[in-house]
Amino acid sequence: MLRALNKTGLVFFPAFDWAIDPTHPEREERLLYTQDQVTEEGVFDISGIIEYKPEIVTPQDIRRAHFCVPDEKSITTESHLISAGGAKAIANAVMNKEVKNGFALVRPPGHHSMRVSHGGRGFCHINIEAIMVEYIRSRFGLKRIAVIDTDCHHGDGTNDIFWHDPDVLFISLHQDGRTLYPGTGFTGELGGPNARCSNLNIPLPPGTSSEGYLYVIRNCVLPVLEEFKPDLIVNSAGQDNHYTDPLTNMNFCAQGYAMMTSLLKPDIAVLEGGYSIEGALPYVNLGIILAMAGIDYSGVVEPDYDPDQLRQSVSITDKIKKTTDIVNAYWKERDELRQKAGTPGNFEIRHREIFYDTDNIFERQKENVRICRDCGGCFEIDSSATTGNHILGVHIPINACKSCIEEGYRLFDQADKTKFSQIILQDRTKDIYEIKK
Amino acid sequence: MIIGIDVGGTNTDAVLLSSSGIEKKIKEATDSADLFHTILSCFKKLLDGVDLNRIQRIVISTTLTTNAIVQQDMNPVGMVISAGPGINPEFFRTGDQYYCVSGSINHRGREKAPVNEMEIEDIAQKMKTAGIEYVGVVSKFCVRNPSHEILIKRILNKHFKKVFLGHHVSGNLNFPRRIATTHLNAGVFSLHKTFFEAVKNSLTQMGLSIPIQILKADGGTMSLESSMSFPGQTVLSGPAASIMGAIPYAPKKQDAIVLDIGGTTTDIAFLVNRAPLLEPMGIQRGRYKSLIRSLQTDSKGIGGDSVVRVKDKELIIGPDRKGPAMAFGGPEPTPTDALIVLGLMPEGNIENAVKGIHQIALELNLSDTDAADKIFKKCCSIILKKTFEMIDKINSQPVYTVHEFLENYKISPRKILLLGGPAPYFAKKIEELYHIKTIAIPESSVANAIGAALARTTCEISLNADTEQGIVTAHEEDFAEPISKTYSEDDLIEAAHTLLKEKAMNSGADPDNIDDVEVVEFQKFNIVRNFTPKGKIFRTKMQLKPGLIKGFETILLHP
Ligand SMILES: [Zn+2]
Ligand SMILES: [Zn+2]
Ligand SMILES: [Zn+2]
Repeated sequence: MLRALNKTGLVFFPAFDWAIDPTHPEREERLLYTQDQVTEEGVFDISGIIEYKPEIVTPQDIRRAHFCVPDEKSITTESHLISAGGAKAIANAVMNKEVKNGFALVRPPGHHSMRVSHGGRGFCHINIEAIMVEYIRSRFGLKRIAVIDTDCHHGDGTNDIFWHDPDVLFISLHQDGRTLYPGTGFTGELGGPNARCSNLNIPLPPGTSSEGYLYVIRNCVLPVLEEFKPDLIVNSAGQDNHYTDPLTNMNFCAQGYAMMTSLLKPDIAVLEGGYSIEGALPYVNLGIILAMAGIDYSGVVEPDYDPDQLRQSVSITDKIKKTTDIVNAYWKERDELRQKAGTPGNFEIRHREIFYDTDNIFERQKENVRICRDCGGCFEIDSSATTGNHILGVHIPINACKSCIEEGYRLFDQADKTKFSQIILQDRTKDIYEIKK
Repeated sequence: MIIGIDVGGTNTDAVLLSSSGIEKKIKEATDSADLFHTILSCFKKLLDGVDLNRIQRIVISTTLTTNAIVQQDMNPVGMVISAGPGINPEFFRTGDQYYCVSGSINHRGREKAPVNEMEIEDIAQKMKTAGIEYVGVVSKFCVRNPSHEILIKRILNKHFKKVFLGHHVSGNLNFPRRIATTHLNAGVFSLHKTFFEAVKNSLTQMGLSIPIQILKADGGTMSLESSMSFPGQTVLSGPAASIMGAIPYAPKKQDAIVLDIGGTTTDIAFLVNRAPLLEPMGIQRGRYKSLIRSLQTDSKGIGGDSVVRVKDKELIIGPDRKGPAMAFGGPEPTPTDALIVLGLMPEGNIENAVKGIHQIALELNLSDTDAADKIFKKCCSIILKKTFEMIDKINSQPVYTVHEFLENYKISPRKILLLGGPAPYFAKKIEELYHIKTIAIPESSVANAIGAALARTTCEISLNADTEQGIVTAHEEDFAEPISKTYSEDDLIEAAHTLLKEKAMNSGADPDNIDDVEVVEFQKFNIVRNFTPKGKIFRTKMQLKPGLIKGFETILLHP
């Protein structure tokens, strides 16, 4: 009799009636063949696999992770809210111990959405993992969370949202930014001054196969997790590293994904990208589900799978080893790097320009963060976009120290109303989101 | 006139209906060792003194296949399984004659690896040596492309009495359930065939030669002939018969609960605007899961004969039954004894009932009457609690589109219909406790036979069109036709409608009763390759809903 070794929760929300546009990769049909495969395999009948209905997230849920401009409603559709709600439903099932782990197979994705969101970028409008992580922290009081992003694209949105947060370890594996959207995620991008090395970026050369991915997991991700000791591991499980994906250039496969999942042992996995909807997704998703449930996945192979053709070259293997060594070296020096990063009490300014490819918006940001050794530090973001909106967002981190809370309120109170269309305070210590009147 | 017979585990109920109501009703103990004898005896009693020419319809529901499963009294079946990539098919093994073979079809119905004919010939020899006569062949995604099953059957045909194919079972995806269902059909085939041929012959000898209809688990009927390919569909037709019998008393345009309170168990089901809710995938009972279309019912271990006991000052009822109530010679106190002590039920030996309830009263430190009342209330509340749990479960079934998520229909029953022996006594109490209108349906002791008699033919078809591959298919019906790029939604619905009516007529439907068609599912998708549209996929499921035949609802007296 087929029985899951681990009780596993699944939310399956293919949003069969929602697309960015009819021929866009992010369209209705994307999870159709996955649903067919999973249904034909009888996955939902397996004892120990429990299907949950997605929830719908509220503006309050979104406001823990984002400053949506001009507001949540204007930049989302119901589909985004249900997709994020799918991750939330899995979080509830896992945190209430109804299941050991869970996988939200939802769309649209979210990992390119940053803390300030003026609209869609990289097919994402709101960051479904970040909304879930912040929900878990507020609702269940977890402190240390690791988010491992294995989507082929740099998870620059999640990277941004947790940039200053020393309590959320964000690690992204992705195709080298010199060869793929969004063009970021190099090894030197390590997180803000208060959170150096709580962001680790591992760019991989085009042509990386299972060997390379599993090498990085075993030799970098797992040792780092071992030392970080998270209370919860989240996997942004993008499936566009697959050898048949039309948007990327990697050689990963269903068996590799399943093995990676068994190694990572995520408490929660959330589907991100993956656009080879016929050749990859049905098998990769099945592999991940079985791996999470602790069921033999050795039979889950693509019909045209040929490991010889997918083997990575020696030079790729060398490059990956070098990158891993660099990232590990940073991680070992994390305490010194944080000590060296600025003088406590001072502010550090960062200027950025962000392009929203999906909605064709251009945004300019000036971020001002308080250097602090006791917490992630409060910060303000001055953001103006080609939509005409210009906001100031003040963030006080959930584990903020007393000085950073006071400083955050001072920034909010001081802000000049005449200069911005909105001034917003996001005080995570009290779980409030206030728009200055 | 119409005959309805429901051969249950304990009793067999039979009715003869005419346009003026119930002409005859019979309740007999079922002889489970000789169901044939039981059925014939009912027919003889029903038809005694009746003009046989006036009999227009016969519907039979039996526990024949259910018993065969429970007693593991099925033919040995050989299974040939073609899985391709995915979960190891060994998990779904049905017995020692179970062979996993090469060949693979993907989710779009494209062949990915061919059948190895030599391999199949080899297996045929092995199965023959093992004395196998009936074989099931199931390939993964056969509902998208049955060619491998058909090819394998062609090789096996000459060696075996009958070969059952997976794609004929259902249009639904679910490989493990399809294996179990195909195995079931093959396993009970000879039993079913022998039994019903004997029934048919005896009726012919008695001078009755009209077609026999068999009740299915979905509360619909099929002709005896079509039942030969799918005898498994008769499993659990008994609970379906009862639910169908409640329909005339259900409110229109509202939801209702049907509770069949028996001795050991209570069956729970729901009616939405007088149509019973169906299981989304098929019958499941514990570990056994199938693709057999079925009414959504659940059987809970609480009934009139459930054992009442006190444990740590807590009153416990069921889930076990040790025998009848003490008032009827049983060993332990039961809710039925409580009813008798309360003076609600004027049957049985009241002294024995009091004796039983008195024990409980002592342990609870209550008077006998208070203890009996407490037992009765607790019994009602357990039944209702299970019912509400089931409603919650149904209402939280997953949905897959934004539209469904936002528009999601939730059942909220306004009326409870009670069936079974103790029903009349429970109705008042439940209404008092829960403020939901509750009635015991009239003639509730033979409602199952009435339900069987009045059930109409049901069927479902699944039709898929793929304009990229240029084909529209309903493989379950052995239907496939080429289509052009311009094939539309309307074309699909029209084709589905035609197929559904054909299927209904082939299953013995009366042409007057095939109008209640429902589109259960409709989906359409663009197929896009390299950012350009290549075609469309349309999918629909259409059904003839379970319900009662026209005209006969009115003959039943309303309360
Ligand atoms: Zn990534
Ligand atoms: Zn991606
Ligand atoms: Zn601080």
